[in-house]
Amino acid sequence: MLGFVVRRLILVIPSLAGLLVLTFFLIRVVPADPAAALAGENATPAQIAEIRHQYGFDQPLLVQFGVYLAQVARLDFGESAYSRRPVSVDIKQRLPATLELTLAALIFATALGIPLGTLAAVYHNRWPDTVLRILSVGGVAIAAFWFAIELQLVFAMDLGWLPLRGRLSPGLAPPALVTGFYLIDSLITGRLDAFGDALRHLILPAFTLSLGGLATITRFTRAGVLDTLQKDFVTYERAQGFPAGPLIWKFVLRNSVVAAITQIGLLFGGLIAGAVVVETIFDWPGIGFYTVQAILTADTKVMLAITLLIGVIYAFVNILVDVVHGLIDPRLREND
Amino acid sequence: MLILVKFAKDKPAVLGAAIVLAVVAMAILAPLIAPYPGDVAASHLLQRLKPPSPEHPFGTDNLGRDILSRVILGARGALMIALLVVGISMAIGVPLGLIAGYQQGWLSQTIMRVTDIFLAVPQLILALALAQLMGPSLESAMLALTLTYWPFFTRIVYAETRRLAAALFIDALQCIGAGASRILFLHILPNAISPIIVRATIGMGFTILVAAVLGFLGMGATPPDPDWGLAIAESRQYLPEAWWFSTFPGLAIFLTVLGFNLLGDGLRDIVDPRLRRSR
Repeated sequence: MLGFVVRRLILVIPSLAGLLVLTFFLIRVVPADPAAALAGENATPAQIAEIRHQYGFDQPLLVQFGVYLAQVARLDFGESAYSRRPVSVDIKQRLPATLELTLAALIFATALGIPLGTLAAVYHNRWPDTVLRILSVGGVAIAAFWFAIELQLVFAMDLGWLPLRGRLSPGLAPPALVTGFYLIDSLITGRLDAFGDALRHLILPAFTLSLGGLATITRFTRAGVLDTLQKDFVTYERAQGFPAGPLIWKFVLRNSVVAAITQIGLLFGGLIAGAVVVETIFDWPGIGFYTVQAILTADTKVMLAITLLIGVIYAFVNILVDVVHGLIDPRLREND
Repeated sequence: MLILVKFAKDKPAVLGAAIVLAVVAMAILAPLIAPYPGDVAASHLLQRLKPPSPEHPFGTDNLGRDILSRVILGARGALMIALLVVGISMAIGVPLGLIAGYQQGWLSQTIMRVTDIFLAVPQLILALALAQLMGPSLESAMLALTLTYWPFFTRIVYAETRRLAAALFIDALQCIGAGASRILFLHILPNAISPIIVRATIGMGFTILVAAVLGFLGMGATPPDPDWGLAIAESRQYLPEAWWFSTFPGLAIFLTVLGFNLLGDGLRDIVDPRLRRSR
């Protein structure tokens, strides 16, 4: 098993190296002048040249790339031109907010998607199945940024049930830092007021972010349950008069969710990318919001660091999925 | 014929086809059916932010322009972007997939590794970064979307070519001396066309969605284009009073993408019954 994990890890290295080269050269080769962008519209040519020199943009590309590689190896991504703080500090500070949002969306999508998918399979080709199919195709078709605005319009602006933006109400002190997850930290430190407030702030963004995943999990669960329902043991149990409810929700479901669980792993990467849009609309102080700020201000160091971070997360999640597969099905380890 | 009968039984797919046809018709006839075709660029400040009424069924925007007209006129841009992006992605991705699938050795390896790298980069972020770096405009948004979409075609065509290259009829063709390009384009490609069509249909919906995100973030269409994503971005300042300003362009995006996805889903079922909508 250890060998299996190590082989998977080694396979990732060339793709990550390629990713680094690709992003770096794309950012340097495409025409816009990062020094001019940093200097602002009213800068004189001398000021631009000064900035170009200060950030090393006047060095040959290979030298710039070499410097960058050495920095990455030390997890030193330089200083953000936008926030004037080290990129790694910014990322470390913002990552928990994004993870809390992403995990909440994932939990919601799973908790709702698995029962809905089972329902669709049980009512195969009858109206609940058709309705759920249209809904799950619709979940992927909806523009998250628009859906988020409509949710804000109804639940925050018109009804006033939920807050419009942010992670906590202004004026409320964040809970003492333990994990960086407000929900967990507020419980640990006994700040029930902060817990309730953080939960209310989490609902709309997490729901928006979960839509795509919800649709995917529903579809995979449906396919898995449909497959299992054809199995002999189901026919046998039915013939024996085993009650349909426990048969489906306990035995059939347990044999059907493997493919859906794989998808849950794969979705995680997509959710982090989706967070870019959702965080922008809800002013959620995470990585996605930071990414958009970096892109709008042509902050190349932040863009490189984030692309690399997401690449690593993708790769790590893929390995995790492979390992879970290996645990479930030992034949996969042998054939590798 | 059998295919048409089977397709007609699949109600969601028929719904999808109907939506797609309606949107295409709307795009072609836009200047004729839009009630105020001049509202692409005109502004009528006395009419600004009026709620839906018989004269303006979807209301008016911050410059007093008729939102129904702009939604109809916006269909053109959305479909144009999607057609160009998917078309060019196919033109790049399909030949690369054929070559990588048929040849053995370093060329095939290089193509597939580069494809993998492009697939590993989160699409939206790469598209955003490229659109920004090349200067925000519709052209750079389209180029960015194309750069992130071609690998999907390479992947599919590669897998299909690999499968078909082992088939007996390809051996037979090689024996009678058919050249590689003849085998690839006249014999393998026609057999691999169905998954390409399915992917292209779903890609149309996906591209419209991502292009709308780029427009929304100010990195796609520029004012005064009647772009759906751009309209939603402009509407944010006028919420919650002018709810119609954001709602109708968003519904247009949703229905169009839904149509392409339902159609692609139904086509997939017909092309490959083994998949049974499992995706």
